[in-house]
Amino acid sequence: MDLITEKIKKTSLSTKQDRFGKFISALALLLITLVVILIFGFVITRGLATFTTNKISVSKFLFGTNWNPSVVDPKTGQPGIGALPLITGSLAVTVLAALIATPFAIGTAVFMTEVAKKRGARIMQPVIELLVGIPSVVYGVIGLAVVVPAVRSVFGGTGLGVLSGTIVLFVMILPTITSMTVDSLKGVPQHYRESALAIGATRWQMIYKVILRAATPGILTAVVFGMARAFGEALAVQMVIGNAAKMPVSLTSPAATLTSVLTMGIGNTVMGTLQNNVLWSLAMILLLMSLVFNLLIRWIGRKGELK
Amino acid sequence: MTKQSETILETRNVKLWYGDKEALHGIDLDFNSKGITALIGPSGSGKTTYLRALNRMHDLEENVTVTGSFNLLGKDIYAPTMDTVDLRKRVGMVFQQPNPFPFSIYDNVAFGLRLAGVKDKKVLDQAVEESLRAASVWDEVKDDLNKSALGLSGGQQQRVSIARVLATKPDVLLLDEPTSALDPVSSHNIEETLLSLRDKYAMIIVTHSLSQASRISDKTAFFLSGNLVEYGDTRKIFLEPEKKETADYISGRFG
Repeated sequence: MDLITEKIKKTSLSTKQDRFGKFISALALLLITLVVILIFGFVITRGLATFTTNKISVSKFLFGTNWNPSVVDPKTGQPGIGALPLITGSLAVTVLAALIATPFAIGTAVFMTEVAKKRGARIMQPVIELLVGIPSVVYGVIGLAVVVPAVRSVFGGTGLGVLSGTIVLFVMILPTITSMTVDSLKGVPQHYRESALAIGATRWQMIYKVILRAATPGILTAVVFGMARAFGEALAVQMVIGNAAKMPVSLTSPAATLTSVLTMGIGNTVMGTLQNNVLWSLAMILLLMSLVFNLLIRWIGRKGELK
Repeated sequence: MTKQSETILETRNVKLWYGDKEALHGIDLDFNSKGITALIGPSGSGKTTYLRALNRMHDLEENVTVTGSFNLLGKDIYAPTMDTVDLRKRVGMVFQQPNPFPFSIYDNVAFGLRLAGVKDKKVLDQAVEESLRAASVWDEVKDDLNKSALGLSGGQQQRVSIARVLATKPDVLLLDEPTSALDPVSSHNIEETLLSLRDKYAMIIVTHSLSQASRISDKTAFFLSGNLVEYGDTRKIFLEPEKKETADYISGRFG
């Protein structure tokens, strides 16, 4: 009797293994969470130093238009820490690139999933995967060698500027948006297609009235993902945008983005100085923006589920 | 009750290949312009394959070859001049899974008409109500027309799918096991709906339920391994079948 009770109460091997597995996964999860929290904590404490230690006002930082942290502006007696030109530059190239890329991406995705499935799978899929894998510096070099001269000869000026940045980013995010749009189109159940055709839709009506409509949340998610990538891209943009931290007045005027200023400046400033701190503030904005993109994607996803 | 109506669809020597595998071996079947015809037979007997050939749903698949004559009111369904869009408006189809689009109930039912270019709100309103009434689901959804059709129960979704097809005023209604994914009560509702429509449409229903076939159909066709074994009045097929295979299947000895 006692022997049986003891045996029943003893934890079985599979339960032990189960617990061990759970422990390992929990540990991994904890580690990742810790890393994320540390990154956020580090960037935010550093980023806030501009406002706490250096007593710069938040509104001046966000809405000031003079960016030149190493030089004291004789008018205000303060260094130029207005980040608005950089924020504008980042947003401008991101939004423009997404605007141009989206129709192309949807067109390509529809071709691959609805029009020419076989050729789409055989030719387009590898091409897109290849495009995703190209290092951004290569895009930057090509942008510098091809896009910038082209813009220069068409619009005049140096060729370095918002337009060139937009074009390079457009090519960079196109495969991202396309492949995610392809996934969301493939996710539209086959029976939607059949029943649309079964009540007399043409193929085109089926595509744009049923499939694209059913896939809208997925397509929006794809666009936001593309924008997130464009917003965070540093190297390729930095090579073609001209890096003039001024408010961009036209498509061809040189500008700068948060990322380009950050990558160029962070190695040339001393830790703890104002010049260094404001760069951390820029990084903080980037981080918050990627958080916003993330939330946006989740929100769209949840909206899409409810329908 | 609907014996006197004329033939609307005549098929002769229908053969169908998936690649080089022959799945239908020459089917001859006629359908009246009113009433319900049930296609019964074990899985893989070719009844759904045959049904899908009637509005050219096989066009969507690759490697499918169809031969034979399909005469729909004097026109050949597979004639090169046949407009498949027009064909499918006249030969509507309801599928096994209830499959409303992820739109509102109203948009679902109005979908076919909008495709045809109908924009007049009054016409649409009326057609939506008529179709939903005909599909016996109006009373349950009339207050929720602008809510998503995906929020309905399976049975309601299937009746909305039927209403969506009825809205385009088809001559023939193809139903591919319309109740097999539903619970008994919903199945009963669908059957009642179909019975209420038997005087207006030619309906061809593929079903695995013999009791369903015997309850609702006027005529029954028994398929076996790609052949039509027997076709006749449902009463006759079920009570005094001529062929031994039919008798065996009806009495549950195989299949």
